[in-house]
Amino acid sequence: MTYQETKNYVSLFSSILIFGAYCLYLFQKYNEEILDSTATLSFWGGSILILILVSIVANIVITIVFIIIYRITTNEEEPAFADELDKLIELKAIKISHYVFLLGFLLAMSSLAMDMPLSVTFILLIFSGFLAQLGNIVTQLYHYRKGV
Amino acid sequence: MGKCMITNNIRRLRFERDEMTQQQLADKVGVSRQAILSIEKGNYSPSLELAFRIAQVFGVTLEEVFTYEGEPD
Repeated sequence: MTYQETKNYVSLFSSILIFGAYCLYLFQKYNEEILDSTATLSFWGGSILILILVSIVANIVITIVFIIIYRITTNEEEPAFADELDKLIELKAIKISHYVFLLGFLLAMSSLAMDMPLSVTFILLIFSGFLAQLGNIVTQLYHYRKGV
Repeated sequence: MGKCMITNNIRRLRFERDEMTQQQLADKVGVSRQAILSIEKGNYSPSLELAFRIAQVFGVTLEEVFTYEGEPD
């Protein structure tokens, strides 16, 4: 398995792990707090910001650990640049993740239009962000394995 | 994803050049081993520039490395 494929498997695993753990934490916190409409907005706004921050930091740490382990186990260095294949696959993956997020965004707006609770809108937005990220990784894995 | 109409002889050419590894070829043409692997398997058609660089490394013409197998219109 090449560096790119292994990296994507690690990203897939870490994304699910980080998001799963954060959802558990958020679910507990949500159940502990009784929210009026203003507090709901600030609760979800803060939650999304924390999720973004946690994801960035965790991904940086996981990537560094992965590079070290990969180098030790395979004696191969990670590619220092993205070549034309990497760029092409990345573009395709970004396109898919944009479509997925757009779909989630439309669903979130539909929930607002149908007078559903604000929490539903934010949950849909968070999940569409997560699914967009998964879509990105799975698309990259697919193209690295099956070709472009 | 359509069937790749371009076949190549990279595997054979590497073998004839003292069993050059995919990584060595990748380093010489400035791409990752993943790209060479995908080209060799016919999963990816390289850009014209990369195709020329590969041919240049082996010291042969482009046609000796890549062959187009599609039917002319």
